[in-house]
Amino acid sequence: MMTNDILYSIQGLNVEYETRLGAVRAVDNVSFDIQKGEVLGLVGESGCGKSTLGKALLRMIEPPGHITSGKLLFDGLDLMTLSDSRIREYRGSRIGMIFQDPMTSLNPVQSIADHLTEAMLTHGMYSGEEEARKYAEALIDRMGIRPERIDDYPHQLSGGMRQRIMISLALALNADLIIADEATTSLDVIVEAQFLDLLRQLRDEFDLTIVLITHNIGVVAEIADRVAVMYAGRIAELGTVYDVFGEAMHPYSQGLMQSVPNIVLDEGDSLYKMAGEPPNLLQPPSGCRYHPRCPQAIDICSQVTPTFRPGKTGHYVSCWLYEEHPAMKETQTGTIA
Amino acid sequence: MSNKDNGSVLVSLINVKKWFPVRQGFLDNLLARGEPEFVRAVDGVSIDIARGEVFGLVGESGSGKTTVGRLALRLLKPTEGQVIFDDIDISTHSTEELRVLRSRMQVIFQDPMASLNPRMSVSDAIAHPLQIHYPEKMKEKDQIVYDVLEDVGLVPPHIFQNKYPHQLSGGQRQRVVIARALVTEPELILADEPIAMADVSVRSLLLDLMNRLKDEHNLTYLFITHDLATAKYICDRIGVMYLGKLVEVGTLRAVYSKPLHPYTQALMAAVPIPDPNRRRSQPLPRGEIPSPINPPSGCRFHPRCPIAQAVCAEEDPEMRELEPGHTVACHFAEQFL
Repeated sequence: MMTNDILYSIQGLNVEYETRLGAVRAVDNVSFDIQKGEVLGLVGESGCGKSTLGKALLRMIEPPGHITSGKLLFDGLDLMTLSDSRIREYRGSRIGMIFQDPMTSLNPVQSIADHLTEAMLTHGMYSGEEEARKYAEALIDRMGIRPERIDDYPHQLSGGMRQRIMISLALALNADLIIADEATTSLDVIVEAQFLDLLRQLRDEFDLTIVLITHNIGVVAEIADRVAVMYAGRIAELGTVYDVFGEAMHPYSQGLMQSVPNIVLDEGDSLYKMAGEPPNLLQPPSGCRYHPRCPQAIDICSQVTPTFRPGKTGHYVSCWLYEEHPAMKETQTGTIA
Repeated sequence: MSNKDNGSVLVSLINVKKWFPVRQGFLDNLLARGEPEFVRAVDGVSIDIARGEVFGLVGESGSGKTTVGRLALRLLKPTEGQVIFDDIDISTHSTEELRVLRSRMQVIFQDPMASLNPRMSVSDAIAHPLQIHYPEKMKEKDQIVYDVLEDVGLVPPHIFQNKYPHQLSGGQRQRVVIARALVTEPELILADEPIAMADVSVRSLLLDLMNRLKDEHNLTYLFITHDLATAKYICDRIGVMYLGKLVEVGTLRAVYSKPLHPYTQALMAAVPIPDPNRRRSQPLPRGEIPSPINPPSGCRFHPRCPIAQAVCAEEDPEMRELEPGHTVACHFAEQFL
C-alpha cells in the first residue's frame, strides 16, 4: 500500500551525455520523492529523458553519459557517495530493473533456474543451490509459470513469461523498488493487462514500490497511484493520477492527456493536435522548454525557467501560469517586452 | 467495365490461406523423417473491402493480420483461395502481371526509417515510384513532389525536398512515406501499423492526415493495427483476427458497442481507458495466444474461452451474420445480441 514514507528522494539530479556536437542535458535539475509502496508512473514522449532518469536511479548511466550533480537519497543513504562495488550490491538486491526487451537482459545460454539461483547465491540469499532452486520454483509458480518450466531457456518462453522471469529475478533478491522501463511495451494488450494485474498483486504481497516508465498513458491510468509527466529533460507536472488525469495543470500535460486515444465510443472523439515537435536538447529553448509549442505561453515563459512548485497539496507543476513571481506581474502589466 | 463507385467491392479475399513450411533440419529431410509442419498464418479468411472505406484488421501478434494484408496486395501468394482486385483475380498473377497493377496499390509500414533509403533525398524517394510506373511524368517531377509534400503537410516543401531521412523527425519521415505512397495516385493503401512507432502527440496528427487524404484522394485503406483505441479514430469497419482466422467483422460502431465474440470482448476489455476512475474490472482470459503450428481443434479460442462448451473443441464455428453486416464465428454468440 502507498504510504507517506519516502523511500527514495531525488534532489537536483542532472545527467548529461557528451556528444560530438556538445553536451546534451537529458535530465535537467530533477527533484522528486518516491513514496514507499506506491506505483509511480513516469510518462513522456521519446527523448524526454524518462529512460535516462530511470537508469540514473540505479546509477546505471554509462559513458558518454554521466550524472553531473544531484543527490540520490535511497532509504536515507546517498547512492552517489557509494563505491562502484557497493552500488552493485544495491542493484538487484534493493532496486531491480525491468526493461522493454527481456531477451536482452536474459542470458540465452542459461536456463531460468540458472538465472534465479545464480542471482540468489551471488547475493548470499541462500547457502545451498538446492534451497535456492526450491525458492525459485515457488517464485515462478507464483508468477503463473508452471514450475516444471524452470529448466527452460529464455527462447522457449513467450514474451509475457520472460517479463515475469525478470520480475521474479527482482523478487528473488527481495528488492524494495522495481523500475520498469517500458516493461509492457512489447506485450500484446491481453498479456499486458495480465502483467499489470500481476504487478498489482505483487506490490501488495511483497511490499514493493514500483516506478513505471512508459509512453503508454492508458497503462498509467490503469495502475499508477501518482504520475510524473516529463518534457525535454524536466518534470512538468507531478501529482496523483486523479489530479493529473482529471485536472492537468501544465499545458503540456493537458495536451498529452487529450491526445490519448480512447476506445470508448463517443468519448474523446477528436484528439488534440499538438503543434510542433519536441525540442532538440543540444539547443533547448530558453525559459520553459515547452514555450514554443505552448498555446498559453506568455512573455516570461521564454525568458525565465519556471520553478517546480506545489499547486494544491501534493500536486506539483512547473509553469508560469501558476507562479506568483514578481517578474510575472510585471509581464502581465506589460513592463517586460 | 468495373464499377468505380464508392461502396462497390475493391478487394475481395475468398477463403484465403497462407501456410508457411517450418524449416526442418537437413537430416530430417534426407531421411524423410517426420511429417512436414506448417505455420498456418492465415487459415481461411474471407473479406470484402469496399471502395472508399477504411477496413481495420485488428489482433494480437501472431494473429495473421500482417499476412492477410500482404495477401490482399499479393505481396505473398496464397496457399489456397482467391484474391480479387477490382474484379481481376490476381491470386496466381506473376510478378510481371502484378507490376501493371502495382501503381494502384501502395503500402505504408510501421518503421519509416526502414522504408526509406538513407541515401535518397526526400524528393528522389517520393519520385521513385513515378520513375517506375510513369517515367513520362518524370519531367514534371519537381512540381509533383512539391504538390505532394504540401499535401502531406511538409510545408514549405522547399525546406524538405532536399533533406535526407536522418535529418527528419519520425513523424516527418512517416509523412514522406505517405507522400511516396500517394504519388502514383493509388486506389488502395495497405497501412500496416503506420503510427505504432509515433509518439502520442504525433499519432493524432498522422491519423488526422490519413483521414484527410482518404477523403481528398478517394482512397481505400486496409488499416492493420494491434491498437484498438487508435482504430476507433480511422476505421469504418473492423475485422478481428485470432490465430489465423477472422472471428468477427462488423462496422466499428457495432463491434465496439456490442462485441459478439468472447475474444473480441476480452481484447476490448484489456485496452486501458485513459481515466483512473475507470480501471478494468472484467477478468482476463487465461494464458496466451497458442502456436499456429498446431492450433487448437474446433474453435481456436476454446481453451481460453469463458463460455466454451464441448462442441467448441470439436466444431470450427462458421462465420454467421447475426445482425445485418455484423458477422461472428462463435457457436454461442446469440446471447450477446
